[in-house]
Amino acid sequence: MTLIEKWAAGRLTESEAEWVRPSLDGCIKCTVCESACPFAAATPLFPGPKTVGPQEERFRYGPLTADRSVDYCSGCGICSRVCPQDVRIAEINSRARARLKEQQGIRLRDQLLARPDVMGRLGRPARPLFNWIMAAAPFRAAMEWTLGIHRRAAIPRVAPRTFQQWSRRHSPPPFPDRVVYFHGCSTNYFEPRLGRLAVAVLEHQGIAVDVPPQGCCGLPLQSNGNFPAARAYATRLARQLHAVPDSQPVIASSTSCGLMLKREAREILGIEDPALADVSRRTWDIFEYLRELHERGGLRTDFHPLELTAAYHAPCQQQNQLIGKPALDVLALVPGLRLIELDRDCCGVAGTYGVKREKYDISMAVGDRLFSDIRDAAPDLVLCDSETCRWHIAKATGFTVIHPLELLHRAYHGY
Amino acid sequence: MITDALVIGAGTAGLATATRLAQGGLRVLVAAAGEGSLPLAGGTIDVLGYGPGPVETPLSALPVFVEANLGHPYELLTSPEELAECLEWFRRLTGPLGYIGDLSRNHWVPTLLGGLRPAGLLPLTMAAGDLSRGGEVVIAGIRGFRDFHSPLMASNLSQATAPAGAAIEARAVELAWPGPASDLAPFRVAQRLEDPEIRRQLAAQLRPHLGRADAVGMPPILGRARTAEVHADLQQRLERRVFETPGLPPSLPGLRLFDRLRQALREAGGRLVLGSKAVAAMRDGRAIRSVTITQASRAVPVNARVFVLATGGFGTGGIVRDQHGGLSEPIFDLPVAGPADRPQPFGTEYFSDHPLELAGVSADARGRPLGVDGIPFADNLYAAGAILAGARPWREKSGEGISLATAYRAAASILRGES
Repeated sequence: MTLIEKWAAGRLTESEAEWVRPSLDGCIKCTVCESACPFAAATPLFPGPKTVGPQEERFRYGPLTADRSVDYCSGCGICSRVCPQDVRIAEINSRARARLKEQQGIRLRDQLLARPDVMGRLGRPARPLFNWIMAAAPFRAAMEWTLGIHRRAAIPRVAPRTFQQWSRRHSPPPFPDRVVYFHGCSTNYFEPRLGRLAVAVLEHQGIAVDVPPQGCCGLPLQSNGNFPAARAYATRLARQLHAVPDSQPVIASSTSCGLMLKREAREILGIEDPALADVSRRTWDIFEYLRELHERGGLRTDFHPLELTAAYHAPCQQQNQLIGKPALDVLALVPGLRLIELDRDCCGVAGTYGVKREKYDISMAVGDRLFSDIRDAAPDLVLCDSETCRWHIAKATGFTVIHPLELLHRAYHGY
Repeated sequence: MITDALVIGAGTAGLATATRLAQGGLRVLVAAAGEGSLPLAGGTIDVLGYGPGPVETPLSALPVFVEANLGHPYELLTSPEELAECLEWFRRLTGPLGYIGDLSRNHWVPTLLGGLRPAGLLPLTMAAGDLSRGGEVVIAGIRGFRDFHSPLMASNLSQATAPAGAAIEARAVELAWPGPASDLAPFRVAQRLEDPEIRRQLAAQLRPHLGRADAVGMPPILGRARTAEVHADLQQRLERRVFETPGLPPSLPGLRLFDRLRQALREAGGRLVLGSKAVAAMRDGRAIRSVTITQASRAVPVNARVFVLATGGFGTGGIVRDQHGGLSEPIFDLPVAGPADRPQPFGTEYFSDHPLELAGVSADARGRPLGVDGIPFADNLYAAGAILAGARPWREKSGEGISLATAYRAAASILRGES
């Protein structure tokens, strides 16, 4: 089937990496993406997704690069989602950024930020020192000047034990229904409790959870323009998850890493690996999976009432999964819980973008409306599925921000 | 996925139907390939501007128009009063945008080139641009702001005649932008105008040029989230009524309407997924059982009791044309009505009659699209908006009226059936 025929056939799946560049021919310059882009609105350094994407891509040939402003694209993907012509704008821009980095080289800071697994592994033995340094103002100022990591950017604390260490000692109950849990780096090194809650919530449904050894998905490498390393990471992870016998759903609790497996590794990185293709099709966001379970009548609803108000922000990478807002659908079943839907597209941090010295202010400007919505709503808790967004929102607003899974676990266990 | 109603498309028709259904107590999911038509829309609600001559009173012109245009979507209306009720509902729904007007008369507002055109309902920010009774206006542009040429608009407006024959006197003023030139994309200018200091500087430049002018026209840049505040403040600073003229996309008045409808849908409990495409449908006897929509790595069926097709016409992919000239509706494969008997889909000149404009699906009185045998394609499938055959919205200035009327009608039929 030629590309044109696939196009005419409506492209039942959006998996074709080769579609990304030719899709720019569908651009009618309507500028819907530019008016929806929160980063173009926040800084003149980013002229907008259409300008650096479908427009400038025509001038990128071999070593030629039109200009460097594509580095100010955060990769939030809103442009591709709002495009009525199915132009893969964010994907084009992500690839253009990687080519730019190929020519310019990737600075040390971005090499570090792109490897949360390395940060976690190195930070853990020296954990007290690492956590103390990351909280100490003079060191953070020094880090800003030497490395370019903004002094006020949220940096997570390294946990004493990894989630993998816990899961190796945890024996799954002998339920017939099984899932594979993809926890991601953040759960493993920084928030292992979230992983334990995910396992507990799934086991509460009578589902056994397999936690195979697994590495980083490569998303931060991809967003920092290091495609070769990102491809190696994503392929290795897909094979690790694929190695679990029997075809089972792969459940992700990190929305951006889940999206990496679902689409970005195939579509942006162009990986054509049978293990990835298979894992990609059976990857579920944890709330997407719980909602599906509920629709089939399989979700337990033995909830304790939670008399509180929680405001939910769906991160951009969650919205890019095109699954609606399953966390809200599931939490709506909890008696007493008052939910507020914060209808903003992006908190501004976009993974590692808002951590960088030159981009921190932009990231705060992007998040401004979300932050003021939160202050206006004055909820007891803020809910958000993505770790970097949680840290960023918590730091910017002072509110407690947790994964919706944590609230669901509370509802099951009444604390 | 399971829901009560799946609405496909997030333009005026899709969002209006969905909101109405959600207000009626249904769980509603809207799936749309993208942000759709509203960011490109001018923001006015046009009901009937030409039929084919200029229409003064849509209320009395509608029955005559329908009689002369059999097969037009307005034929689905039982009476113009039904449309009046629907517009009242729309005005309440979009309260903060302050839409004015009704079916008793059309407004005459400037075009980007300085012509006058009939418009139905106007958002608050355009109300003072109604030049039906003539008057003296200043058209204020911003130097370096693309696609808005105030001298051209003003000189053409001065030669235009208001319907009652009253004269229009228009003068152009070009303002210097009090900020970097890189600000001058419409969405950035709009955002910057939410800053009182920028407004103060613009108003200070403008005031000496106002003379005896009754009103000041500006490109559609008066903010996005705080438009009412920006508009009121500028009127106060200039001591004149201020109005927005149309502009080229991205159109802030259209985006504000999108924002507002999206918010209304959310407040009514509905859910919107942008970037998801409906690709296939499964039927079960007389009913549609599910519609398959795309997600990041899968295409999944959405099971619902009712489905609403609001994907728009040929311009937005609701109707597609293959390389052999065949027209089809890609999700349900509904028969396409309209220009079937015309050999040529396009006229010879840009402004000539293009039969393709008429292409769409036909529907019964409840808003259900018809199958090949002339009976409804399915008991639980409805259609609303520009996908309905038989209209020339650009020519008739009827697009938003058709979208709202057919959305309202479809939602009413569905809610009646549900109760």
